[in-house]
Amino acid sequence: MAGRQYTKSHEWLTVEGKSATVGITDFAQSQLGDVVFLELPNPGRKLEAGESFGVVESVKAASDLYAPLSGRVAEVNDKLAGKPELINSDPFGDGWILKLDISGELPKDLMDEDAYKKFTETGA
Amino acid sequence: MTTSTPNLTANAALKTPLYKRHVALGGRMVDFGGWELPQQYTSIRDEHLAVRQVAGLFDISHMGRFRVTGDGSFEFLQGLLTNDLSRIGYGRAQYNLICNEAGGILDDLVVYWGEEGFFVVVNAANREQDLDWMRIHAPAGVEIEDRTFELALIAFQGPRAEELTPADRLEDLPYFGFRPSVVAGVDALVSRTGYTGEDGFEIFVSADRVGHVWDAILEKGAHAGVLPAGLGARDATRLEAALRLYGSDMDETVNPYEAGLGWTVRLDKGGFIGRDALTNVKADGPKRTIVGLQTAAGDIARHGTAVSSRGRLVGTVTSGTHSFFLGHPIALAMVEVASLRVGETAAVDVRGREASAEVVQLPFYRGSARSAAAPTKS
Repeated sequence: MAGRQYTKSHEWLTVEGKSATVGITDFAQSQLGDVVFLELPNPGRKLEAGESFGVVESVKAASDLYAPLSGRVAEVNDKLAGKPELINSDPFGDGWILKLDISGELPKDLMDEDAYKKFTETGA
Repeated sequence: MTTSTPNLTANAALKTPLYKRHVALGGRMVDFGGWELPQQYTSIRDEHLAVRQVAGLFDISHMGRFRVTGDGSFEFLQGLLTNDLSRIGYGRAQYNLICNEAGGILDDLVVYWGEEGFFVVVNAANREQDLDWMRIHAPAGVEIEDRTFELALIAFQGPRAEELTPADRLEDLPYFGFRPSVVAGVDALVSRTGYTGEDGFEIFVSADRVGHVWDAILEKGAHAGVLPAGLGARDATRLEAALRLYGSDMDETVNPYEAGLGWTVRLDKGGFIGRDALTNVKADGPKRTIVGLQTAAGDIARHGTAVSSRGRLVGTVTSGTHSFFLGHPIALAMVEVASLRVGETAAVDVRGREASAEVVQLPFYRGSARSAAAPTKS
């Protein structure tokens, strides 16, 4: 599996062939606090990079989720409906949010781990 | 991901004497009323459940603490506050409001009547303006001293708080009673009060010894499941108990009758600031009232969002959260009087769409506090 990549809006993605797995970062979940609900798209929906595709509700706030790349929703993590806290406990693993069939190129502004770490520390 | 709530990161100016302990315990520090405090340590859910099932320990040293002394202190406070201090005496505390001349609520607070004068505990965000207001109105001879920084305040709240507090002989301390005590070997003032709906204590102790008391309570309670609890658990527990939060459920545009706090207004006690206006409000009946709403999983109605009934806007949500203890979201809303009755269905705005909300009896949950409920008559 290729390395994890990150967006400025705190989503992560990993790419395997023409499929991408998407979630929110550990930094994001720690800022949100306990997640209680997710509103997610149905499989088959087409998303453009940067498009809002859902909402994560934590105790503190409702936050929009943005597609880190363009593609069609292939699968949504069903476990999150019953256990939204997986976003908190395992954001990069069992707390993944959806899988996309990639269409076109990946956006140019994705960050690698080091760049994202720097981004969260400096906000730059 | 973008979030609609600011202040998710801390850059507040003020730190409590327990700041280093919060960081060491993994506390996620946020700005609350100008203070850097933990939103949570491990998880709001776990901390919330610990308070409801065992006990949780909160740092509430951010709250403003004033000492009021000197001849005329009693009369001064009677003229400043809505409740009647003559109904209590030494060693007792009383929930109270400061109103302006128009009857709008400037703050809610607890007054402690001690042998050496009165102690007043106010909301952190209002500390400076309350102090100014009190000093403007205080007659010569009454001294108001801000003790916020020398004196720490922690709250140990939960059904097992009494048995797990490392102090002797708390069982005969009445609800809203307080007295000097020794907690974990440290001189303290222990008060049977709180903001969670549970039994428990608020402990005043000098800022340089509070760390020892904090550690001792967590250590003694560790085997039983006591946890340090952050602002998230504090907000959820107070909301389940329907305890009002200043700045969310009320402010100076809200009068005590609208806030459901008419029981704290004693129009018959003599003159006090706001009495004339409040006499009129009471005679005419308030125009708005607070109701409790319950929604389906995921439909958290947030502060400021619209509440409607049969297609007509009737008010706004003042506080809302997900209750891990009850298993669904809950909210308080300020609505037109008689627009919504218990058992009816209202519509609330949730993320731009209308969600169904059931109007329910308050409080949402009655905890172990000996008398958490307000008197039924106002």
